[in-house]
Amino acid sequence: MSDTPAPTAPIHAPAGVGMLRGARTFPEAARQALGDPQLRHNLGHATATIREKRANVVAEVADWAELRNAGEAIKSATMATLDEQLIRLEHQVTAAGGVVHWASDADSANEIVARLVRETGSREVVKVKSMATQEIGLNDALAQAGIDAYETDLAELIVQLGGDLPSHILVPAIHRNRAEIRNLFLRAIPDIDPGLTDDPRALAAAARRHLRQRFLAAKVAVSGANFAVAETGTLCVVESEGNGRMCLTLPDTLITVMGIEKVVPSWRDLEVFLQLLPRSSTGERMNPYTSLWTGAHRGDGPRAVHLVLLDNGRTSVLADQVGRDALNCIRCSACLNVCPVYQRTGGHAYGSVYPGPIGAILSPQLTGIEHNASLPYASTLCGACYDVCPVKIDIPSILVHLRAQDVEVKRARRDVPTPESVAMAAAAWTMTDDRRWSRAQRSSRLARLVGRRRDKARGLIRSLPGPLAAWTVARDAPRPPAQTFREWWARERSSDGQRR
Amino acid sequence: MTAREATLARIRAAIGDAPSVPAIPRDYRVRGDLEAGAAASLFAQRAAEYRAAVHHTGLDGVPALIATILASAGDTRAVVPTGLPADWLAEVPSSVLVYTDDGGMTTEDLDAVDVVVTGCAVAIAETGTVVLDGAPDQGRRVITLLPDHHICVVSVDRIVATVPEGLHRLDPTRPLTMISGPSATSDIELTRVEGVHGPRNLDVIIATAG
Ligand code: SF4
Repeated sequence: MSDTPAPTAPIHAPAGVGMLRGARTFPEAARQALGDPQLRHNLGHATATIREKRANVVAEVADWAELRNAGEAIKSATMATLDEQLIRLEHQVTAAGGVVHWASDADSANEIVARLVRETGSREVVKVKSMATQEIGLNDALAQAGIDAYETDLAELIVQLGGDLPSHILVPAIHRNRAEIRNLFLRAIPDIDPGLTDDPRALAAAARRHLRQRFLAAKVAVSGANFAVAETGTLCVVESEGNGRMCLTLPDTLITVMGIEKVVPSWRDLEVFLQLLPRSSTGERMNPYTSLWTGAHRGDGPRAVHLVLLDNGRTSVLADQVGRDALNCIRCSACLNVCPVYQRTGGHAYGSVYPGPIGAILSPQLTGIEHNASLPYASTLCGACYDVCPVKIDIPSILVHLRAQDVEVKRARRDVPTPESVAMAAAAWTMTDDRRWSRAQRSSRLARLVGRRRDKARGLIRSLPGPLAAWTVARDAPRPPAQTFREWWARERSSDGQRR
Repeated sequence: MTAREATLARIRAAIGDAPSVPAIPRDYRVRGDLEAGAAASLFAQRAAEYRAAVHHTGLDGVPALIATILASAGDTRAVVPTGLPADWLAEVPSSVLVYTDDGGMTTEDLDAVDVVVTGCAVAIAETGTVVLDGAPDQGRRVITLLPDHHICVVSVDRIVATVPEGLHRLDPTRPLTMISGPSATSDIELTRVEGVHGPRNLDVIIATAG
């Protein structure tokens, strides 16, 4: 065996670059977050607001179940034919005057983007919210190459000005309230009106003034993409503020960095996702702006259009027969807003650009389970995430599957159990039951999950529910749980049954 | 081996178990069950809920309505695409400077303009959305982006009920912009604020033929 892996061997996202690994384990980070009452208040308010909005606009769609079924099937069909879809996409983008680049990991994607920017002669780029570029740590890489990257999404601007980290997929500054944002603006924006109030309207207007000249002068933009249509080569960005339109329209050069899983086979598929995404995400019937472009459009918008297709661990997710469904995610963030764990700990505890339930299944698979071993335990398996997921990702089953993997990895390494695997009732329980549970009982459990009541006494719980309660105890080492996971689960199930 | 070949090889290895390719169940609603008139009024209602100002008129009432809207907004500089029906601006007073963008206006020029007047390719009733596709009556994307006020004339025959019907009418190879109300953000405490970088004011004129 040589040291270089075979080209077909799955590779994980490399360490030391980007934002997929936290400095601390989830329990450590969560314990700190739980001790911050301001954070919990901000999160509670924001997630409650958006849950209600989502519920209202989903309820008015008579065929929501059919749309979810279609969304799930389109994504699964895409992943099963991903090589073909990407080749078609590449062909169409190229035919329309775009240039396609392939990046195996974060480092090579960063290198490609830095080179493309350098070739334009520009030393700065404007950016529109893109999870992929945060995942790969593009801003840092550009800074090292002497290029300034300016976030233009209001929330991203708040995060960037504060030297902070995003904590939510849709609302990255969800952990900040208006007073904190006002203080930040006063401190960090040059020439700002010192009389600025904390009225969200005034804060948004301040951001508009701050970014306007930057947009008008920008020569290069970097964007993400929500969808890419293989059939036509069309890329799609869904947004609200118009900063996306600015970035996609004004500069001469547009560089889009996109995970390989974002491709969809046909134009028609967008009719499904452009219904599922806005309603699940912002809780609107449609987001204010959706931009679609196909290569370079003569006389309209950027003349040089690049697409960087990013792997960075996605192929190893794809290689896992159970875990691969995590690639179906359209990043709506609905699962965050309903998650009893996320609502209490916030996004930073997950240590990754992908927080909440989706983060708990995606990050460990992208990095390799040994780098994010505590994340699959960051859940109560209550099933609320599955209920709201517009593409029906069975997050609880994948969590259980990853817990089993974690135990196997540790067993193979003959590791002494980590504190969290001791603390978690789940640890003892997973060793014996995990696989049986995830396979044999999958269908019957699903039936129960689907019928469950979602908001069970959510606001009243003062600690993390279930076995995770151990993490909320203010001690140096987590306390062993009072009940095993199985006992907890059995009780939950029966009490749920009685309630119904 | 290039990164392209390596990535494709990793993908093929990853799906080496030949996962099934499910058929796509498209039994969701494609066509809305609305009469033409009902679609127009649903569109009006939904666009207004997203804080667009919605107006109704016959096609021959469009010029007067545009003049009225410009006057009440106090707009003095307007830009229009080359293919806008000329008579739509017939009643705009000469005190309003009207530029026709033939692709030559700079971003600075456009930044100094108050208002843009366009048609639209499609309007989707259920979501209150207008879609621009860069046709001659809509122009390049930047002209509807920099001015702070957008007046969009929607002829009723362009209104469909559902998102699938809307996309079906569009040509994906054109530059497309779907607009649902003025620009907005909910980034601060989930409070919706209208008006960030895109036009802060959107007027929609629904024009009935005859
Ligand atoms: S996993 Fe589902 S609910 Fe969560 S962000 Fe992705 S698509 Fe949305």
